[in-house]
Amino acid sequence: MSDQAIVSITAAEQGTSLWHDAWRRLRRNRLAVCGLIVLICFIVIALLTPWIAPYDYTQQNLELGATPPSAAHWLGTDIFGRDLLTLMMYGGRVSLAVGFIATAVALLIGVTWGAIAGYAGPRVDAVMMRVVDILYALPFMIFIVLLMVVFGRNMLLLFLAIGAVEWLTMARIMRAQVQSLRQQEFVEAAVSLGLSPAAIIRRHLIPNALGPIIVYTTLTIPSVMLLEAFLSFLGLGVQPPQTSWGLLISYGAETMEEYPWLLLFPGLALTLTLFSLNFLGDGLRDALDVRGARD
Amino acid sequence: MWRFIAYRLLQSIPVLVVVITATFFLVRAAPGGPFASEKAVIPEVKAALEAQYGLNLPLWRQYTAYLRDLAQGDLGPSFKYPGRSVNELIAAGFPVTAELGLYALLVALGIGATAGIIAALRPNTAQDYVPMSAAMIGICMPSFLLGPLLILVFGIYLDWLPVSGWGDMPGDKILPSITLGSAYAAYIARLSRAGMLEVMSQDYIRTARAKGLPEWQVVLRHALRGGMIPVVAFLGPALAGLLSGSFVVETIFQIPGLGRFYVQAAFNRDYTMILGSTVFLSVLIVLFNLMSDILAAWMNPRLRAQYSEH
Repeated sequence: MSDQAIVSITAAEQGTSLWHDAWRRLRRNRLAVCGLIVLICFIVIALLTPWIAPYDYTQQNLELGATPPSAAHWLGTDIFGRDLLTLMMYGGRVSLAVGFIATAVALLIGVTWGAIAGYAGPRVDAVMMRVVDILYALPFMIFIVLLMVVFGRNMLLLFLAIGAVEWLTMARIMRAQVQSLRQQEFVEAAVSLGLSPAAIIRRHLIPNALGPIIVYTTLTIPSVMLLEAFLSFLGLGVQPPQTSWGLLISYGAETMEEYPWLLLFPGLALTLTLFSLNFLGDGLRDALDVRGARD
Repeated sequence: MWRFIAYRLLQSIPVLVVVITATFFLVRAAPGGPFASEKAVIPEVKAALEAQYGLNLPLWRQYTAYLRDLAQGDLGPSFKYPGRSVNELIAAGFPVTAELGLYALLVALGIGATAGIIAALRPNTAQDYVPMSAAMIGICMPSFLLGPLLILVFGIYLDWLPVSGWGDMPGDKILPSITLGSAYAAYIARLSRAGMLEVMSQDYIRTARAKGLPEWQVVLRHALRGGMIPVVAFLGPALAGLLSGSFVVETIFQIPGLGRFYVQAAFNRDYTMILGSTVFLSVLIVLFNLMSDILAAWMNPRLRAQYSEH
């Protein structure tokens, strides 16, 4: 009996942790939950694509050409007679993968780098931020061309390369945030309690700076997807017959007067992903904002 | 403050040296050379061309020669535009790019910051959702889509504005500025909303309200400074990006700016042009990141105190 009582007390204590609380608040935010569900659906579809895609994405039918949505092709076909739904499912795999992997890389490096630079004091800060300046200035295109030539057309490498560029702004935002937090009383309190800098960054600074970081993350995912489209368009990213949402949109934009559905549906997929991400991001931001919380 | 600025400018010298050195060897490590793509070039001509531009010298000699020229402000001759120097090409493209970038920034700040602040005042109401949804559409609308769309609507169907060019016809600067600025506007809207929300729950805002200040004064005089910190951090690199030109927008609207040169130079292995643009871009980045840091310090008194200590 007494054992059970102890267990239930610890469970109640765990209930007050930041993430548990946040999850509880998040679940009450209807829009954020919708966003989460849409994203999960997209990810599941992307994972299952090779088994559930209605057609073969490499198969062209030049006689058929571009047709509007019909019973056989729900979203129509492109100018090569390929099923648009199939293309979008395969394209979604690339776009979602590049969006999430590159952003995860950017988030990991950027937040760590920015937090250390912002907290460690002027000297370390100067060196770390000048490294960021250097990387900003290096010619990105040359960097990508070099990577492609040295390592071949490796998709994962492309994702990492994009992530390695996108972390720079993340680091700047994180650093600015930490600098404005580090002089506040709760940080001073943590210092005087003898917490190590690493613990202060992890336990106090990062959670308090999460708001803008989450928002910027939800902005980075679509911009990474579009960057991939730009690189693919220049011949540095995914190659036909492989495709991505961004690439489909850029082709669709060229023929939007004749075949508007080729632009509309990929555009809708990207927009829907983005809206979901943003609602989820805002929900997370609100859920993690302890001061603004009303409960 | 002046010491801080001088200190930072001093720091930028090693930054520039590292950037130049890394780029110099990076571009030469990439396969292919500036004269590799011309198929009909006979070996003797190619050798003569390479000799003329000093490409037959050992790498370190090329490097020291480049640095020597650079110290005198000479970025060298372009390999792909014979008879024109990189200085001339940048000088020709930059005013156009800078003007476009400036208008785009005005569009971005005007629309973005206003929308973000309005949204943050009443979070999770229609006043929040409407401007933020518009911002989201702006983010997922890549410029290679927004540009043609604007051309189609305002240039062709309504026939209000010219579809391309820069400074040739009245009003031809409007569409490219909106196209380039709207993506940034969307970012700024999101960042300023988040920043404002962060600030509005702080104690000093409660104090300001408790003093009986009208809400608009609370927002403009107390919340705005703190709330714009994330935007300012974003603005440094964003401005540098705007001023280095946009390949997509310049291509769509046929604008003779820097962005197109930069991408073409990368593909052509136009070594001096790549290096020249990179030097130019890195100076811009150093300057604008410095400016954005100064602005952030000015907006945050705690940070200002920290800078004036050393």
